[in-house]
Amino acid sequence: MNSPTAAHPSPRFTQSVALVAEREITTRLRSKSFLITTGILLLLVLGGVIAGGIFSKSVSTTTVATVAALSSDLSNLPGVEVTTVDDRAEAEALVSDGTVDAAVLPAESGSVSPAVIIANSEAPSLLVQWMSVSPEVILLDPEMGSTPLSYIAALGFGIIFFISGMTFGPMIAQSVVEEKQTRIVEILMSAVPVSALMAGKVIGNSILAFAQIIAIAALAVVGLSVTGQAEVLSLIGAPLLWFVGFFIIGFVLLAALFAGVGAMVSRQEDLGSTMTPVTMLIMLPYFAIIFFNDNAAVLTVMSYIPFSAPVGMPMRLFLGTAEWWEPLISLVLLLITTGLAVLLGARIYNNSLLKVGSRVSWSEAVKG
Amino acid sequence: MLQLDNISKTFGTRPALADVSFSVRDGRMTGFVGGNGAGKTTTMRILLGVLASDAGTIQLNGQPLGAEQRRRFGYMPEERGLYPKMKVREQLVYLARLHGYTPAAAGRNADGLLEELGLGERRDSTLESLSLGNQQRAQIAASLVHDPQVLVLDEPFSGLDPLAVDTVVDVLKQRAANGAAVLFSSHQLEIVERLCDDLVIIADGGIRASGEREALRAQHSAPRYEIVTTGDLGWLRNEPDISVVEFDGGHATFDAEESSSAQRVLRRALAEGDVTSFTPQRASLAQIFREVI
Repeated sequence: MNSPTAAHPSPRFTQSVALVAEREITTRLRSKSFLITTGILLLLVLGGVIAGGIFSKSVSTTTVATVAALSSDLSNLPGVEVTTVDDRAEAEALVSDGTVDAAVLPAESGSVSPAVIIANSEAPSLLVQWMSVSPEVILLDPEMGSTPLSYIAALGFGIIFFISGMTFGPMIAQSVVEEKQTRIVEILMSAVPVSALMAGKVIGNSILAFAQIIAIAALAVVGLSVTGQAEVLSLIGAPLLWFVGFFIIGFVLLAALFAGVGAMVSRQEDLGSTMTPVTMLIMLPYFAIIFFNDNAAVLTVMSYIPFSAPVGMPMRLFLGTAEWWEPLISLVLLLITTGLAVLLGARIYNNSLLKVGSRVSWSEAVKG
Repeated sequence: MLQLDNISKTFGTRPALADVSFSVRDGRMTGFVGGNGAGKTTTMRILLGVLASDAGTIQLNGQPLGAEQRRRFGYMPEERGLYPKMKVREQLVYLARLHGYTPAAAGRNADGLLEELGLGERRDSTLESLSLGNQQRAQIAASLVHDPQVLVLDEPFSGLDPLAVDTVVDVLKQRAANGAAVLFSSHQLEIVERLCDDLVIIADGGIRASGEREALRAQHSAPRYEIVTTGDLGWLRNEPDISVVEFDGGHATFDAEESSSAQRVLRRALAEGDVTSFTPQRASLAQIFREVI
């Protein structure tokens, strides 16, 4: 046939995917709700970092009364405020009226310890530790310190995965339903292969989620450095990198499933029920992490289950309870599951996209 | 030319199409007519590859139709669909790019079409902010933005006001004049009658009639003529080989099996006085439609 215009070559599959992905991204970036959610998430992270900084700095001071002979030694102790007194009687008076927390005085001759502590009901542990002769301690894994910050940071992985999954997942499903509901899907299907449509959606939204997670990670790193918590950084640095890696693959897993279930309904109103099983796959690991964060056995199992691995494995790495090879195995398991989920999601997507009306049943969606 | 041969499709146990065969020729407008549930939309979806047929073949210019050639198809589904929150021009550019256009070429095509369809001023409005008629125009633009060789339009005129119908008719005719094969379905038989060169009538999943419009009309028409003269047509009753259906002074309707008999009548009428009108009575599309389904 004679066409007045020059023939245009069909776009390659990858070009189609890139176009669909590009539209997903630009549409999201223009949506106010998306920008606001991202802003809130970043503020939360920033707030957490700052709160952690304040928390670690606010070490309570212990006030101590002592005689001139000991005052120079004591004032070198961190967190100790020294009041110099003339004799024991004056020191005891200050202790009993609560002006100081305790008094430290030279011991009577013949005592084993060089000094005595006088306190009202309980001796400040700081002083006891200072004067005790501690046995030599060799730490084989010195990073396994458990500060409140470690709990916050570890929980952070769970919250970030949870929030990202719960924002972007339903977003993908909604964008699939939107195309079905407005029926533009027929036009799209006549232009590009269905697999390119789905791949574009999953990739576009995944890129957004990755950008968000990388922004969060960068903010956390910069924030920790600026607020002088570099030691925390050295603790969570490696787990953070693993988390980003796990997150990327784990997110594609969820995205494929969300795209599939999104295709099963024709109206946004029906989306809730079909999404429930996939939502559960995000919620359950999150709550398990909260409830069992101190249970090593549960945590170990969870660090291998693909749906909870993106949270569980970095957490164990952070706690230092995972061997170096464990994240690799867990990652391979996650990769395999993701591959299967993409196939399943694509199958559901293919089988359901043109079925309009009531919800497509699971058996129909999977078998076709 | 697009040629469908023996296309069949069954949904579950319900047969939707049975042995559907017809052709859509280049440079012509083919009207696709049938009642609700007759199989128009299913046929069009199969043409576009959105649905797979159970049996039968489709050829484009003698080659089996594949995804590659379908990229040069323009489709307007019965259920309208574009992104409600996306700007009109942006959607057109996006769709053109999905068909392989560069951003610059896609932009040129979109701008040209929007002007042509009278949407130039609304190019940066979101679809949902447009009136229903303008949304329809945008929908037409979406099916044309990649200069398709084959246009498949499912009810392109439904929901259009008469002015918009004229605009769209002009645009489609121009595409056909440029060599595109246009297949469109419609319930509005008078529009189809006015617009189509060829006609396909479908009922209950089967093709009942197809071919050139005039040929179909002739085929389904009684050999009837209407004549109006200034004189009296009383002599008509005595003419051989014709039967008068209606007679009233200078106005008469008659059947003539042979067109030569009709011509003889005309010559005599001219000899008797002035003939103001001599019209072969052709069946209207509505009549043909009722006759074949």
